[in-house]
Amino acid sequence: MRVLAAMSGGVDSAVAAARAADAGHDVTGVHLALSRSSPALRSGSRGCCSREDADDARRAADVLAIPFYVWDVSERFAADVVDDFVAEYAAGRTPNPCVRCNERIKFAAVLDRALALGFDAVVTGHYARVLNGPYGPELHRAVDDAKDQSYVLAVLRPAQLAGAMFPLGEMVKTDVRAEAARRGLSVAAKPDSHDICFIPDGDTRGFLRRNLGERPGDLVDESGVTVGRHDGSHSFTVGQRRGLRLGTPAADGRPRYVLGIEPVSGTVTVGPRESLATSHVRADGVVWGMGPSRSSFDACVQLRAHGEQLPASITVEANQLTAELERPADGVAAGQTMVAYDGTRVICSGTVSGPPGRMS
Amino acid sequence: MMAATTHYLDHAATTPMLPAAVATVHAALSEVGNASSLHTSGRRARKQVEDSREQIATALGARPSEVVLTAGGTEGDNLAVKGIYWARRAADPRRRRVLVGAVEHPAVLDAAAWLATHQGAEVELLPVDDGGRLRPGAVAAAIARDPTDVALITCMWANNEVGTVQPVAEVVALANAHGIPVHSDAVQAAGALPVDFGGSGVDALTVSGHKLGGPVGTGALLVRRELDPVPLLHGGGQERDVRSGTLAVASVLGLAVALTHAVEHRAAESARREELRDLVERGVRAAVPDVHTVNAAERLPGIAHLTFDGCDGDALLMLLDARGVECSTGSACSAGVPEPSHVLLAMGRGEAAASGALRISLGRTSNVADVQAFVDAIAPVVERARAAKPTAGPVGRR
Repeated sequence: MRVLAAMSGGVDSAVAAARAADAGHDVTGVHLALSRSSPALRSGSRGCCSREDADDARRAADVLAIPFYVWDVSERFAADVVDDFVAEYAAGRTPNPCVRCNERIKFAAVLDRALALGFDAVVTGHYARVLNGPYGPELHRAVDDAKDQSYVLAVLRPAQLAGAMFPLGEMVKTDVRAEAARRGLSVAAKPDSHDICFIPDGDTRGFLRRNLGERPGDLVDESGVTVGRHDGSHSFTVGQRRGLRLGTPAADGRPRYVLGIEPVSGTVTVGPRESLATSHVRADGVVWGMGPSRSSFDACVQLRAHGEQLPASITVEANQLTAELERPADGVAAGQTMVAYDGTRVICSGTVSGPPGRMS
Repeated sequence: MMAATTHYLDHAATTPMLPAAVATVHAALSEVGNASSLHTSGRRARKQVEDSREQIATALGARPSEVVLTAGGTEGDNLAVKGIYWARRAADPRRRRVLVGAVEHPAVLDAAAWLATHQGAEVELLPVDDGGRLRPGAVAAAIARDPTDVALITCMWANNEVGTVQPVAEVVALANAHGIPVHSDAVQAAGALPVDFGGSGVDALTVSGHKLGGPVGTGALLVRRELDPVPLLHGGGQERDVRSGTLAVASVLGLAVALTHAVEHRAAESARREELRDLVERGVRAAVPDVHTVNAAERLPGIAHLTFDGCDGDALLMLLDARGVECSTGSACSAGVPEPSHVLLAMGRGEAAASGALRISLGRTSNVADVQAFVDAIAPVVERARAAKPTAGPVGRR
């Protein structure tokens, strides 16, 4: 096959491209330029938009002897990922920009362009597996469960999965680094990136403040009594404990957590840890993996990236998932993705809209 | 995908070294001798450098003392723009204005922009017509606003993206009337057009070795003796105290051999390239009738600039590369992110129209087979690239 390897400049995508070539595919590397502003290109930031990363990707492609180009997807990225990220926070939700990027950039804009240009698939360094099931391509968890990224890919529709190739799904990270070193790739020892790539300094609150301005509001307890003021509800995430700066201490003196965010009034509700726990989680915009959709089933659900798998019974009604968790979970934030698994296989996913009765 | 044979059509980026230049450089690399040393080996090296300097001067209509050897076009442009600005301003602090053609090479544009942000210069971009040619009327008007405060004018000999020859003589005439020095970047013109430094009346002129068959990392800035640019590089003062650094003897010899050859064979070779260029343009027009070419009376013989509506130049380049045809979109930042060409924007083409650009540039080794390979490939490539251009979706920044 003719495949396009998206090369971020990191070790995973470099080894993924190498493995695709070893498998006999005709591989072309591309680095996706997500930002065109020269500071991001030149400041040597740690995110995936930096000039240094583009150079690392080019060097890896040259070592692998595959053609390499840079594709400018900055407009789409700004509109579909960055603007969406800001709007979601403004609406009191906690978005996962990697999910949006996979859904709308890597396996949409980039995959579409690749297919139009004569490629058959897009290769990435994600830790996940696409296996052929009885109904077509299925998304499965990676062999390296600690690195698994099926959570941020579960939003892909079967047609998108059909154009995706994840050569690292059967590998563990330490082996990937060893293989990179063996192949003479200088990114073998490059640290993993953890930050949101378009916020290279890691200061998400500062980024949101710059984009949304100050929107002062009240911090209230569960009975509605005001216990503090804040500069903007977008600085908070459900489950957050630090940085609340509450004026009135809790009666029992125990730490309090963000329980809910009401973006219109800017009211942020805080309370004890017990109140964070929820057994009911609702999610909208259901995307089904290959196979028949069902109205009720038991599954394990994951509610945040690298979060634990929680046994649940699920009902589906009118494009909405409701999960009854076997044991309550803490800090379920609206805007995150809920993924339902049958063993390693992704059954379906949706965007958390809230536990019934409180959020949204 | 890598094709079995490649057709190199990017000679304006760099062109293969002349075999005679390779042989000269190769032989000279084994010789010891610093051209500044006083002993026999040093004197031998010095003689070779000065022989080369005389050949370079002869080839370009300059006196040997006007040849400042550099490490290439970028250095020559920087030395001219910054060095002349500093010198002129030191002589008269009112001279703050730098008049720059809007389609200059980044080595000129960015040097001038740096003077504006860090050295108090006032940079004025001079407009071009829709063929990319500087408008002499605009130059006259810019000078007339206050001839006493202009530090220098810089106007390239011929444009590196679209190939348009610039009205250097007219600019010189306008500037001479007020004693304003003129610099010209002749990196693409030298060896392709008759470039006569003395006859042109320009005060400084940049040439680069690797665009005309010499080694990369060589070049010269021709500067009139009366003009003393302030140096960029301080040290031993090897090049008449304007440029320091041990001379790369072997490279200088290679530059002289290549430049001399290019100038001696210029007339016939330029006629040959012009025929190939016309073959490119005719072939593409037949294959893709809605192609846009450059409308200018005088153009470089070896550059065909083509734009195709409704597609991206980087997609065209990639698809051609996969078919073994190597060319350029005409402009790219060093990170490889395609930027809309400042040249096409200055020519009044919109960003959408500027995005589907290709530069085909021909050189000494180009032949009909190269041109034919491109012409054969272009129709399916354009069709595919047009299919890959998203018609819907947000286009916020454009």
